[in-house]
Amino acid sequence: MQWEAAQNAYVLLFPEGMIKLNGSAGEIMKRCTGESSVAEITADLERTFGTSGLSADVIAFMEMAYAKQWLSVAP
Amino acid sequence: MTAVSVPPTSPVIQPGPPLWLLLELTYRCPLHCAFCYNPTDFARSGPELGTEDWLRVLTEARALGSVQLGLSGGEPLSRDDLEPIVAEAHRLGFYTNLITSGVGLSETRIRALKDAGLDHIQLSFQDSTRQMNDFLSSTRTFDLKSKVAALIKGHDYPMVLNVVLHRLNIDHVEEILQMAERMGADYVELANTQFYGWAWHNRRQLMPSRAQVERAEEVTRRFRERQHRPMRIFFVVPDYFEKRPKACMNGLGSIFLTVTPDGTALPCHAARMLPGLTFPNVKASSIEHIWYQSSGFTHFRGDAWMKEPCRSCPEKTRDFGGCRCQAYLLTGDAANADPVCDLSPHHHVVVDAALAVDPEKPMVFRSRANSSSLF
Repeated sequence: MQWEAAQNAYVLLFPEGMIKLNGSAGEIMKRCTGESSVAEITADLERTFGTSGLSADVIAFMEMAYAKQWLSVAP
Repeated sequence: MTAVSVPPTSPVIQPGPPLWLLLELTYRCPLHCAFCYNPTDFARSGPELGTEDWLRVLTEARALGSVQLGLSGGEPLSRDDLEPIVAEAHRLGFYTNLITSGVGLSETRIRALKDAGLDHIQLSFQDSTRQMNDFLSSTRTFDLKSKVAALIKGHDYPMVLNVVLHRLNIDHVEEILQMAERMGADYVELANTQFYGWAWHNRRQLMPSRAQVERAEEVTRRFRERQHRPMRIFFVVPDYFEKRPKACMNGLGSIFLTVTPDGTALPCHAARMLPGLTFPNVKASSIEHIWYQSSGFTHFRGDAWMKEPCRSCPEKTRDFGGCRCQAYLLTGDAANADPVCDLSPHHHVVVDAALAVDPEKPMVFRSRANSSSLF
């Protein structure tokens, strides 16, 4: 995943394809470094954007991203 | 919460960047495939660009927003500056794809390419059998390719196996998929022959029957259901058997830019055949000028060029009228609807071509000698 200034978005790159992430997806994905738990990522997002109750959305996104192999589970 | 998939599905008004850059580094190739999409008159092409020219193209395209880089040809490993080209592309932030026959991919070079930052390798096979692989490519390369596949996985690259399908190998789809699975491919492209270049010339010999196509689709569907490991299978549709055209290049000039060995910039691999357009050379024009100003890239962008039945068609935002080269080859006018579409008044040309099979006709293999003498 990398930031693309020309598109003002994070993109995922893989063999012969790419996914342009919207703002929310990019904010979640960039926190998925393998070092934070889902709860920690959610808490960080809620703190950063001054909101609460993001847990269900974050989990739904991660399930989708895992199914598409954008994410894997860190050991 | 959704992620947006690129390419976009809405009509392009303001063009985005050339997200996908393909460099055809050379027309030199150790293989002689009868279905090659390279132009049949490639022998008349000017001299190959030098390393500095390629590096400048990379820099300019990346500055415009290009992200996916294909390094192709011909056989890109024929160039001894492939490693520095990959290294610069990697440094600039491209995702780098090597599209190769495998010939020339030694242990030394695969290691050097890894060090340079190469991300992924697409390896071509012509068939699951040595006999047909070697016949179709007019070489003895099956065993070599099998070794190269092991080398690619041994160095932990994601691997795409690409197999071009046609009358002579489409009945082997099951064996091809099994071979790909055995080799540890991450993706398989079952690429039904697109009839351009050498394939256009050999289309009577390569054209499958409808029964063959339907069987291959069924075999692929069943294989997907019971496959043992996650291997993504792409089945590139055989257009001549379809009723709607492919969304070729997502519309010309919307995401794709290719540079031929002599530096000509094209909006698709085959576009040089389109009459009346200017395709600048990267030695004389910047990528920015080429992408935003040259008629070769602007003329068929959007839908202002469309005629009926495309102009008023609700599906024009989905398929962009199909392929301009196919419209030109089969109807004589690049602005017509791709005749693959059964709404095209020329659709019968495609139907007839799909039936015009002549397996006895000798195959013309892609070679410099044939290119010079026949075209």
